[in-house]
Amino acid sequence: MRHIISILIENEAGALSRVAGLFSARGYNIESLTVAPTEDETLSRMTIVTRGNEDVIEQITKQLNKLIDVVKLIDLAEIPHVECELMLVKVAINLESREEIKRLVDIFRGKVIDVSSNSYVIEMTGASDKLDAFIKALDTKCIIETVRSGPTSMSRGADGLHL
Amino acid sequence: MELSGGQIVVQCLKDEGVEFLFGYPGGAVLHLYDAIFHQEDVKHILVRHEQAATHAADAYARATGRPGVVLVTSGPGATNAVTGIATAYMDSIPMVIISGQVPTAVIGSDAFQEVDMVGITRPCVKHNFLVKDIKDIAETMKKAFYVATTGRSGPVVIDIPKDITDPNIKIPYNYPDAIVMRSYNPEPQADLGKVKEAVDLLLSAKRPVIYSGGGVVLGEGSAELTEFTQHLGFPTTQTLMGLGAYPATDKQSIGMLGMHGTYESNLAMHESDVIIAIGVRFDDRVTGKLAEFCPHAKIIHIDIDPASISKTVKVDIAIVGSVKPVLTEMLQLIKAHSEKNSADDLASWWARIEQWRSVNCLEFDRTTDEIKPQAVVEEVYKITKGEAYVTSDVGQHQMYAAQFYHFDKPRRWINSGGLGTMGFGLPAAIGVKLAHPEAEVVCITGEASIQMCIQELATAAQYNTPIKIINLNNRYMGMVRQWQEFDYESRYSQSYMDTIPDFVKLAEAYGHVGIRVEHPDDLQGALEKAFALKDRTVFVDVLTDRTENVYPMIEAGKGHQDMTLRVAPGTPINRELA
Ligand SMILES: Cc1ncc(C[n+]2csc(CCOP(=O)(O)OP(=O)(O)O)c2C)c(N)n1
Ligand SMILES: [Mg+2]
Repeated sequence: MRHIISILIENEAGALSRVAGLFSARGYNIESLTVAPTEDETLSRMTIVTRGNEDVIEQITKQLNKLIDVVKLIDLAEIPHVECELMLVKVAINLESREEIKRLVDIFRGKVIDVSSNSYVIEMTGASDKLDAFIKALDTKCIIETVRSGPTSMSRGADGLHL
Repeated sequence: MELSGGQIVVQCLKDEGVEFLFGYPGGAVLHLYDAIFHQEDVKHILVRHEQAATHAADAYARATGRPGVVLVTSGPGATNAVTGIATAYMDSIPMVIISGQVPTAVIGSDAFQEVDMVGITRPCVKHNFLVKDIKDIAETMKKAFYVATTGRSGPVVIDIPKDITDPNIKIPYNYPDAIVMRSYNPEPQADLGKVKEAVDLLLSAKRPVIYSGGGVVLGEGSAELTEFTQHLGFPTTQTLMGLGAYPATDKQSIGMLGMHGTYESNLAMHESDVIIAIGVRFDDRVTGKLAEFCPHAKIIHIDIDPASISKTVKVDIAIVGSVKPVLTEMLQLIKAHSEKNSADDLASWWARIEQWRSVNCLEFDRTTDEIKPQAVVEEVYKITKGEAYVTSDVGQHQMYAAQFYHFDKPRRWINSGGLGTMGFGLPAAIGVKLAHPEAEVVCITGEASIQMCIQELATAAQYNTPIKIINLNNRYMGMVRQWQEFDYESRYSQSYMDTIPDFVKLAEAYGHVGIRVEHPDDLQGALEKAFALKDRTVFVDVLTDRTENVYPMIEAGKGHQDMTLRVAPGTPINRELA
């Protein structure tokens, strides 16, 4: 099953490699990992999407908690949560396709944030499956490059992951 | 008080009460060594290889409970230390390792003797630090000792670039009294509800087993375990790492369990209905085939590390906490409880265990004119009255030591259980002897293992640490040969060295006493002579039976119930007891 593990971690050199090293050393899979500092600059927030059965996920969360740099951790799959990913897609355009692509971007509530004579850069945020659907809807031949942040996520309601 | 970075490091060690610093100098730590030169409180022990520094410090920690401290230079000094760091990590031994690093300005430029020590050691330390500012040294040192010694203990590396220890840059020194780390809570409080549940289950058991390990030694829970066990009257088995936490000579002890554990221990585990696992981690050498592990038992697990719980074996009641307070609490509850285990049930359980015990699974052939390695350990046990600290290496000799030296006290059996590091025994013996100069310290080793750190005979001479090295010399990598005999139709691929040195001469060359024993009749006399030389390191090279194997054995992929026993000498068969 897919799990989203959200971590508050000391914003220190090497903290990321401790987490990444743990996953590779113990053979856990990482589907995506995003990390950036929080409003408290001593802390970073990390979102890891991983897959595994209950026992594996239990070990992953325990092993992560054991890392000295990890301050707090939550498995969001266990509670109501919102999830959002950022994607940028660069597509090749021509006179015939530009309008149709623009329409598709609108339907998916994306934005064209860069335009050249023969390309668009499209920005889109949302649930990962929506981003997947958009990619599917595009003609793959016109895609020049894509980049995705991986999902970020937080719980619904007033409770949150903080000190 | 204004101090340089190098002086700060040394002052921190003094403030931590560090007695010995095991190390080896080099370019990146010269400032530090100069600071060491100017003081006498922290005694530096110069080893002959950095691996030995880590093993000696590690064994010092195992024998005393205090952290072992190491100092090595950057690059090769640091990489040489890694084997010892990993050894300590696998057995959760508290250590602080200080490594020199190239100056901050050139980190990352492949400078002379640069390695990424923080990166290399990350998977085999509890935590590590790179100090980038002289102002951070004292706090980092405090954190390192705190993290190394609390919770599930382990090694911590501090990597210090050379410029940080520059003698010309001085700052005021202030060692923090205490430290709080918001991300680290080492002493979890056990859940009382779970403790009560566990007590109820224990008191309803018909065929209980207490299975205890290294966590009891590390957590200083030996007295509590003993009282707990004797109050309940249950059989108790120990892991390789747990030997000595419960007196081996007590009748409730049914010996070690696992691959080369006793028949009675493994079968008791197999037939048990309630197992209480205390400070153990269900290592594969203990469990055998997981699918067949303790099929009839409900399992209670007490451990300070939540990640140890249900890692390989799913348990029924998990208690996260330090073994000492948890056992104390449980015993109180048990004493106050209205229920008791049925005396009849326990009596028939013990009767069954005695039946298994009567097989005498460790017995060996005492009639040959070869020296049996088991007999050597028995003799050492007798001569030292069971009071010695025994270090060992890895192989058959390690198993004979574990099987035939009966440890009645914790911290006496010093071996690399988790990593299985050959080369551990000799430097470990030096570390133990420094910690306990009055105690008898014996290193039970093999002719292959001893050669991995043989250079430490020089360290033993320099610091006058009279230890007794008992080399069970079977002219084989015996444990490798045994597996090749079982699994590869006796194709002894590279498990033999045909240029084994003359250990007697070698010992003498280093300034020690060497004794060779070739006949069973000479064994007792030779050992008595060796142990009578109180102030000398003696190397006793005993030529043992080349063909001897370690029994009983659970072969790879088999379960506890499937032990191979020695019936006639050298004949492995499987035998089911009624
Ligand atoms: C550093 C290291 N290398 C290899 C091994 C694998 N190994 C385990 S036991 C053993 C043989 C040990 O031979 P010896 O020291 O003579 O002991 P014996 O088994 O003969 O008693 C080897 C090579 C190891 N444990 N450690
Ligand atoms: Mg050998």
